[in-house]
Amino acid sequence: MLIQEQSRPGRTAPAQAPLHMADVSDLPAGLRRQRRAALPEVSELQAVRHYTRLSQQNFAIDTHFYPLGSCTMKYNPRACNSLASLPGFLARHPAAPESHSQGIMACLHELQDMLKIVTGMHAVSLAPAAGAQGELAGVMMIRAYHDARGDHARREILVPDAAHGTNPASAIMAGFTVREIPTGSNGDVDIAALRDAVGPQTAGIMLTNPSTVGVFDRNIQAIAETVHEAGGLLYYDGANLNAILGKVRPGDMGFDVIHMNLHKTFSTPHGGGGPGAGPVGVSKRLEPYLPVPLVIRDGDAYHWQVESDRPESIGRMTAFGGNMGILLRAYIYARLLGAEGMRRVSEYATLNANYLLARLKAAGFTAAYPERRASHEFIVTLKKEAKEYGTNAMDFAKRLLDYGFHAPTTYFPLLVPECLLVEPTESESKESLDGFVEAMTKIRAEAQDNPDTLKQAPYTLPVRRLDDVRAARQLDLAWKPAQVEG
Amino acid sequence: MPFIPHTDTDVTEMLAAIGAGSIDDLFDEIPPELRAQGLDGIPAGLSEMDVTRLMQGRARTDGQPLCFIGAGAYEHHIPAAVWQITTRGEFYSAYTPYQAEASQGTLQVLYEFQSMMTALTGMDVSNASLYDGASALAEAMLMAVRANRKSKSQRVLIPKALHPSYRRTARGLVGNQGIELVEVDFDRETGRTPVAQYEAAAADGEFAALVVPQPNFFGALEDVDAITDWAHQRNMLAIGVVNPVALALLSPPGDWGDAGADIACGEGQPLGMPLASGGPYLGFLTCKQDFVRQLPGRIAGKTLDADGKVGYTLTLQAREQHIRRSKATSNICTNQGLLVTAATIHMAILGADGLERVAASCHANTRRLTELLCEIPGVEPLFDAPVFHEQALRLPAPAARVLSALAADDILGGFDLGAEYPELDPAVLVCATEMRTDEDMMAFRDKLALALRHA
Repeated sequence: MLIQEQSRPGRTAPAQAPLHMADVSDLPAGLRRQRRAALPEVSELQAVRHYTRLSQQNFAIDTHFYPLGSCTMKYNPRACNSLASLPGFLARHPAAPESHSQGIMACLHELQDMLKIVTGMHAVSLAPAAGAQGELAGVMMIRAYHDARGDHARREILVPDAAHGTNPASAIMAGFTVREIPTGSNGDVDIAALRDAVGPQTAGIMLTNPSTVGVFDRNIQAIAETVHEAGGLLYYDGANLNAILGKVRPGDMGFDVIHMNLHKTFSTPHGGGGPGAGPVGVSKRLEPYLPVPLVIRDGDAYHWQVESDRPESIGRMTAFGGNMGILLRAYIYARLLGAEGMRRVSEYATLNANYLLARLKAAGFTAAYPERRASHEFIVTLKKEAKEYGTNAMDFAKRLLDYGFHAPTTYFPLLVPECLLVEPTESESKESLDGFVEAMTKIRAEAQDNPDTLKQAPYTLPVRRLDDVRAARQLDLAWKPAQVEG
Repeated sequence: MPFIPHTDTDVTEMLAAIGAGSIDDLFDEIPPELRAQGLDGIPAGLSEMDVTRLMQGRARTDGQPLCFIGAGAYEHHIPAAVWQITTRGEFYSAYTPYQAEASQGTLQVLYEFQSMMTALTGMDVSNASLYDGASALAEAMLMAVRANRKSKSQRVLIPKALHPSYRRTARGLVGNQGIELVEVDFDRETGRTPVAQYEAAAADGEFAALVVPQPNFFGALEDVDAITDWAHQRNMLAIGVVNPVALALLSPPGDWGDAGADIACGEGQPLGMPLASGGPYLGFLTCKQDFVRQLPGRIAGKTLDADGKVGYTLTLQAREQHIRRSKATSNICTNQGLLVTAATIHMAILGADGLERVAASCHANTRRLTELLCEIPGVEPLFDAPVFHEQALRLPAPAARVLSALAADDILGGFDLGAEYPELDPAVLVCATEMRTDEDMMAFRDKLALALRHA
């Protein structure tokens, strides 16, 4: 039942609002609201009980193995939340003067520095509010760079066909056109196709490495050389940074600009869909264009740099400079890990992925790229199962929920049919991974026996399989109060 | 090893199953010359106890000054239940509800949030959030230019009395797509932007949309009905930028003029989000039903399951980047889900009555603060117009100097208007939410009087 449906006229939570309704008769009557908004009228306990119960209808990292490929669902240490929520941090107004901001600015400055080191980039801005906004900031800087050189013909961004959908969408938002580059059968970018595609119109390429097919592109140096020789820049989508933390740095691979997803690699919460944070790092030639604000250190004092200090900046991504509370959580996580802990992240994420892949292969499942090492994630294709039993990847995904596992990412990347993109992360124990293999094996046996078992799944969740077509055809996007008759 | 559960035995067994000699072997597809040699400069890891000590020190450094700054971010009371429930692991550590059946908690929250936002704004539909108010405005402009069937113009009228950071953010975000923002000046006497000002700015031709903030950056209340009607007469879409708490008292965008605003957006921070240095907050975006397919970002919808039971799922995903790629309405993927959860619980607990009390109290406190501060010779309202919960005040001395003297006394005495509007210097924008007591406000008056004597 919706909270709105529990509403009773006149019920309130009086401890939570001012006792008296202050006089507002000085507000012009013509600008006043005519009737109250139809918000719920419930007691505090009703609200607490309702939302506690709703929370129990979620799978989450804290409750379930959540191997959602490309999303890096690893443990979010609780200390990162409690320490970022200290009263001094929560109370700070975004326009507070620097005299009352040195504590948080020290954290932000050190975070900028640590991110520079782990990525091998020359400078970092923490401003973008999420990965996709980091991408947008990145391609805006690429555009600003070419424009500043008078190179206005460079209006095309190259994107591999395996890329996240945000890559082409971000390029369009920055005013570019997009050309797709195919992926070769071994999972690496088709280098011949790339050589054919580059030219005087090339502004740059957006690349994820390890790619979304879960392998490290071995031709990265050739790709960098090809694009740079054509006058383009290299953009690194940091979605998969967890796979290489401390092992190889985007700056050393030749990338000119990168974004990082702190809600992935630096373990800030995914929150049911955000908030994220998408800092950007750049090589020296792109530094002038970084989004503001930046924190700089001058002796013992920290200062903001804003538009007036950085006239060539692409500007501001949000009104108040970014998701500061998330940046603090990432900073705390980085301090808990330290250099050694960061290297272990990629080592154990990779160990877990390769182990899970090896066990699934041994159990008879088909890897999309069987000859390759997995990075921190890998793809299983259920093409064979679809053909033999008539059960598709979504059926497996829904049945996994009954076994107490969040499903891997399904149907992405689009170039592998019936795919599951599996990312176990370093947080999971061997027992979790073994349990997943066991569930997959049982589900395949069910598919063999009676495919309907999968097609009707799930059975044990708060709802059975939901009708997405109905949701889109008979749009119902908001509860509305019953209309008074007459 | 922090946050890694593996024992030595586990590692040995796992490597054996893979057929690899060592963990390092798993990285053998990375060209050796690219391998990082170390992470010089990154400090060694700390225990939770040590990090706690470090962070407590840093948080203490920033103090907890008495805050009279509003300017787009407001210190309100937040019921304890809001964040205790929001940070339950089931909300905090879940992700986007791609597997709807395993995410009914998050999905129902999104649907309830959308319902609450349509109720507050009087609009037909709401998305499930964008990053913040300013980026939501940028998306609203892109949407308006796409959605306006009566005009092919790529230009949008934007008042100078709109939050300066919103104007800058929006300009940066929409400029790449060839959208031109034309600024509309405000009236120096009232701080408002009457239709005549829009008319003057639009004299040279066609526009796809206009923006109308209510209240505007100065707190001044705009004649939203007249501006909305004028926009529609000129075949423009009207985009309202509103404070959700103010909407408990003020006419909702859906009621503006004869036909209502077409799109309404704004900053959701006043609905249960701490100031937290500027984020994470949430941007909301609502619109008329006709434009729902142009709405960017995630949207939850109601549907039925295989047994005919009501459930919720993400819908209209053909608008989004993971399906449409370069043809999507926006590049947004991750939004501000956790803040939506907080806002939804906050609105459920306060209800319309509670929000109205909060809004009225903020308004009355700011009025009281204005009276107190204007007792000081030379301090007076900058504009002559009705305001809501912000007040622009003229000062008899340089604002920056006065504000830093106050800050030394742990009072944040307002936003320096001259820094953004040199023509208004010396002036400050002040705000007193329901959190400020009469004693707080009198202390501010006394310290301001002192600071001015020494300025």
